[in-house]
Amino acid sequence: MKLADLQKIAEHELDFQRAYKYRINVCCSSGCVPFGALKVLKAFEDAVKEFGVEKECKVARTGCVGTCSVGPAVVIEPGDYLYQSVTPEKVREIVRDHVVLGLPVKDMLYRNEAFFKKQHRLVLRNAGKIDPSRIEDYISMGGYSAIVKCLATMTPQGVIYEVTRSGLRGRGGAGFPTGQKWGLVARSHSTPKYIVANLDEGDPGVFANRTLAEADPHAIIEGMLIAAYAVGASKGYIYIRAEYPLAIQTLQKAIAQARGMSLLGENILETGFKFDLELRFGAGAFVAGEETAILASVEGRRAMPRPRPPYPANSGLWGKPTLIQNVETLANIPLIVQNGGDWFAKTGTPRCSGTKCFSLTGQINNPGLIEVPMGITLREVVFDIGGGIQNNRDFKAVLVGGPSGGCLPDTLLDLPIDYDSLTKAGAIMGSGGIVVIDVKSCMVDTAKFFTDFCVDESCGKCVPCRAGLVKVREIFESITTGTGKPEDIAALDKAGNYIRDSSLCGLGQTAPNPVLTTLRYFRDEYMEHIVEKKCRAGKCFRNMNQQEAETQ
Amino acid sequence: MLKDDNRKHLLDKFMKDHNYEESSLLEILHKAQETYGYLDKNLLTYVAKALGLPPSHVTGVATFYSFFKLKAPGEHVVTGCLGTACYVKTVDEIMTAIEQEFNVKRGGSTPDGKLSLFITRCIGACAMAPNIIVDDEVIGKATKEVVLERVRLALEGGRVS
Repeated sequence: MKLADLQKIAEHELDFQRAYKYRINVCCSSGCVPFGALKVLKAFEDAVKEFGVEKECKVARTGCVGTCSVGPAVVIEPGDYLYQSVTPEKVREIVRDHVVLGLPVKDMLYRNEAFFKKQHRLVLRNAGKIDPSRIEDYISMGGYSAIVKCLATMTPQGVIYEVTRSGLRGRGGAGFPTGQKWGLVARSHSTPKYIVANLDEGDPGVFANRTLAEADPHAIIEGMLIAAYAVGASKGYIYIRAEYPLAIQTLQKAIAQARGMSLLGENILETGFKFDLELRFGAGAFVAGEETAILASVEGRRAMPRPRPPYPANSGLWGKPTLIQNVETLANIPLIVQNGGDWFAKTGTPRCSGTKCFSLTGQINNPGLIEVPMGITLREVVFDIGGGIQNNRDFKAVLVGGPSGGCLPDTLLDLPIDYDSLTKAGAIMGSGGIVVIDVKSCMVDTAKFFTDFCVDESCGKCVPCRAGLVKVREIFESITTGTGKPEDIAALDKAGNYIRDSSLCGLGQTAPNPVLTTLRYFRDEYMEHIVEKKCRAGKCFRNMNQQEAETQ
Repeated sequence: MLKDDNRKHLLDKFMKDHNYEESSLLEILHKAQETYGYLDKNLLTYVAKALGLPPSHVTGVATFYSFFKLKAPGEHVVTGCLGTACYVKTVDEIMTAIEQEFNVKRGGSTPDGKLSLFITRCIGACAMAPNIIVDDEVIGKATKEVVLERVRLALEGGRVS
């Protein structure tokens, strides 16, 4: 297949789509399927036939539109009418009124414009619009034209130059400049070179990468192809959590289709460029997201990190140069190649360009998947997009960056979301989780919960993380059961700083973040627990209260 | 040794397709668990032999990853999502209620092997938190009442939907 063929496919597909007056996109991602999306899809297919409008109305199975709390979600084009909480019983009415009579069913529509207003969709450009199981859908949206452009008109150095100019930074959490990383791998002389796409979204409360893979798998594949061309890699692995069966299926199908069109394999687009990729399954280890641990896991071993240097760019998989990149980073790449680095750098802030996908969850009115420009404030995310706190309760904290992120208080709501500001406040960007906590939650209990998580997930290789976190948990145990002492606060602080400064990998270095940030911003709650034996949220001292009740 | 049956043939073929490579160990363990339900010592030793690896290495890998089950699960499996979003939405209270109601502990099974209670660290349906999975059914925005009723139904042999 050549460039001209790709254009032909795109034109043919667009003609095919234009033949329909309406298009019904039924979200069938992991957020909506458990709540009946597949039955809704079937009901639409049946209803369209029943009303005899199958020639003018296309029913498509798509990925996530983001409004995961009111699923199954259905979008009818043109006009992007978003129907919420659709059930098979409601489908006939929607088809009859909207498609046959041209009258949208107003009381079933999602009428929360604020949720979408401040979002900016680059990575999720196709999410909810295309059928992820059809490569033609992706091609019709301009898909795979970026790799064609690279192969036809750009040198590998030219691609790296554009990526560097774009200012794109790694979306996996640490925010390392992507162009710089590519340069390192490209300059490494040893061959073969590898690419590992990180889809091991181990953070509890985060589902942004999964949603991307389910909604637009080809964007990840195209990003990998371009990266492979730029750094000279011949083999790639997508490391994905085994807990994501739908994303796995979607990617498997997408890889097979790309191979079928010679977009992967020995002689890509008849240019002699060679690249193939395989899926590798994680098995429930949070630490496997760390870059040296992921390499161990791809090689079939326990996911334990190792000291750096050597960096994976020089010595990665089987000792060969390896580029490790989060899938969200990769999905940005086709856009940068198409539109240029300068275009990309216009979005976001000067030091932090582009957008970031977040799973917005917790005690908030509009939970879901969002994509926002870098530099947006936490307040805008929580109150404008998220619609504020559920049940009109008061805001207490927002947890940014997963179990190793930080709990930030209301005084920091105007903090812009970018790598540097978050780090300064004691949180991290992480892989993109924002969990909103209201006054009914106890911050000491929350910090204890994350410590528990990190104790479970510590791989055990280095002492500060393995033993230090257990010590921290013991202190929490005593504070939350009534035997805490005032000096525990200093002990927590000291242990937290030790663990942060001396652990081997990112897991240990960030694990104390929830403890340190809650100590910094919610110290009075700790004092209440220790001195007054009081938990204002009523979460702690349960056993103590029970015992008291029993003795009375 | 493993019993010479279809399951063994399936696993053998899978290992052969992967050239008995050490780097495919995780894939092979996934396949073994999918085929046999869980990974017991016998099975792990068999895989180790086939791949020419020390059994301690294979066991080490299997025990490192929480996705691999080393004991037979009960007839019905209830899994509570203990992800952050579910936690702040008080999934813990539902889990405690299940433990008390059915006399089962997290990570264990009832003595009669009818019910296992597991935890998972996030199924990614955070917008529908709290989530509890009863057999294959995800219960979103779960409440104590709904979940207890659903588990009771499952134990009585009724399957909803």
